[in-house]
Amino acid sequence: MTRPDLPRSARVDQRVVESPTIFTLRLAFDDAASDAPCAFVPGQFNMVWLPGVGEVALSIVSDPADEHFFDHTVRRVGRVTTGLDRLRPGDRVGVRGPFGHGWPLARAEGNDLLLLTGGLGCACVVSVIRYVLRRRQRFGRLVILQGVRHAEDLIWRPQYEAWGRAPGTQVLLAADAATRDWHGAHGVVVDLLDRVRLDPRRTIAMLCGPELMLIAAIAVLRGRGLPDDALWLSLERNMQCGHGRCGHCQIGPLRVCTDGPVFSYAAVADHLGVHGV
Amino acid sequence: MAPVPMPLRNPGFLPRHAFQALFDALHRRGWRVLGPAVGERVVHFAELASAADLQSGLGDVQSPGRYRLGLSDGPRWFDWTVGPDGLKPLVFPPREVLWRAAPAADGRLHFTAEPPDAPRLAVLGARACDLAGLALLDRHFLGDVAFDPGYAARRAALFLIGVDCNRSGATCFCASTGDGPALADGYDLGLAELDDGFLAWPGTAAGEAVVADLPLTEASPTHLGAAAEATRGAAAAQRRALPSRRLASALYGAMHHDRWAAVAARCLGCGNCAMVCPTCFCHGHCTEDGAGAGEAIQVREWDTCFDPAHSRLHGASVRDGVAVRYRQWVTHKLAGWHAQFGRSGCVGCGRCVTWCPAAIDLTAEVAAIVGETGDD
Repeated sequence: MTRPDLPRSARVDQRVVESPTIFTLRLAFDDAASDAPCAFVPGQFNMVWLPGVGEVALSIVSDPADEHFFDHTVRRVGRVTTGLDRLRPGDRVGVRGPFGHGWPLARAEGNDLLLLTGGLGCACVVSVIRYVLRRRQRFGRLVILQGVRHAEDLIWRPQYEAWGRAPGTQVLLAADAATRDWHGAHGVVVDLLDRVRLDPRRTIAMLCGPELMLIAAIAVLRGRGLPDDALWLSLERNMQCGHGRCGHCQIGPLRVCTDGPVFSYAAVADHLGVHGV
Repeated sequence: MAPVPMPLRNPGFLPRHAFQALFDALHRRGWRVLGPAVGERVVHFAELASAADLQSGLGDVQSPGRYRLGLSDGPRWFDWTVGPDGLKPLVFPPREVLWRAAPAADGRLHFTAEPPDAPRLAVLGARACDLAGLALLDRHFLGDVAFDPGYAARRAALFLIGVDCNRSGATCFCASTGDGPALADGYDLGLAELDDGFLAWPGTAAGEAVVADLPLTEASPTHLGAAAEATRGAAAAQRRALPSRRLASALYGAMHHDRWAAVAARCLGCGNCAMVCPTCFCHGHCTEDGAGAGEAIQVREWDTCFDPAHSRLHGASVRDGVAVRYRQWVTHKLAGWHAQFGRSGCVGCGRCVTWCPAAIDLTAEVAAIVGETGDD
């Protein structure tokens, strides 16, 4: 990239309320006719600029085959995400990206996939689920384990139910605090691994969520015989430039925006879970 | 990066009274000349109109947490050691507009890149440590991972006139990092100051063209010997050192050392060390109102890992205290840089020691954490 990295104007095509604090924006580039629409690999992220307010890094949750739009699912937390929540169809944002390395989907072909996520960590693997289900014959079993703190935090409940009915797909959900209508497990997501059949020779695990959850899940998966090069995780840090230049997203010598956000376990093992890294 | 041996420099001698010829050669080529001047009670770089603006006897006295100007009766112009600024602000300004955005009539956003301000500047008095720091910034901003067009434009417009350090300040430790006090690399034109004039030699093709315009005479063995002896003396005078040039595994192995909390008890978390560091490159992006109706500007400003907001994620700081923020600064610079850039990020300029309001000495802290030898 030798030119300045300018955002591209994108239009809000749809807005879907997922929960009281979570929403999805479906975006389409205004210049899509003249340029590549939105080529990305599941697991990559965009920097989305809210006019007059600022930029935020957001995972792409749609399938890359959807050429004319792309989706971002957002939790309202700070200044920019609160402003994004006020957007309505027809409003505009600026988008830079996609950035970083996505999930190793080419490597995963022909293998079973285990997706284990906590909280809104599911956003960065939802694109993988959509990708696999559209190309079902290329992959083996698909196991989806999702944990939330409170049952009402689970978004996409109908989606999970639909995914669970797809061929060769197993969906297990866990909530630390269950509600009366909760049909999933009561507890932490890592415990769901006890209920899953894994073939360690042909399983690729993709993990995303709080680092303590990642560490616990990796310990179980290694105990079940998965080799380190079958363990992949998506990490989060403050992101501002997307080019490995601004210094905010470092974990030890790694830059999450360019070396990640998806890492092989071996690449991050030394730095994972060290307080303040 | 060993200093270029004196015979390879093949310098000529520029008498002090003929120094204006250098200004003339630079001005003819369209370079404004920045050189040492007193401002805000420090030696910094300011535009000089002619050799008459150079101030003889200009010097400084530095120690942890302390900087004072010192003036002497001597004839020399470059007896100062580094002030707080160095070369970094010239290529990586503290604040820079990246782009502007405004809505068009149909609602689309229109983004325009801000053309970089890249004046042709000749810097007279670049020091070996700062040239080493600039080479590191080059690797960061001009690398494959993170090429920065604004930086590239400003960098290409610089002509660097290095001057050997004949004096070391009390906070200097460039000899231990291998970056000074003699010029090694990264300059267009090299100078070594003597009482009656300068040894001058080119470092690049652009420097050769300028040297060709100077009324140089043959450098005498006495001149050559005096210049070599001066930098040797400056190196020998240094009392601080980094215990090792390759600290990566030692520091990563000491992430839980008690010393991090001990230094946090003294560190104010102000980020002065990062601001004056010639290699710290962290910056933040923020959006501000532009001048036009509905216009917004995207601004990039220096940031430091000492700011709690630097590591903010989902409303909280990943690095949630001064101990882990200081540790981040030290481990990134002295350990992470090896993996990212192939060498330590410290060039031994000593600014972080001088400009720390709590007089925290990086060399002492590192020695306490990894011992005296590290993993060299």
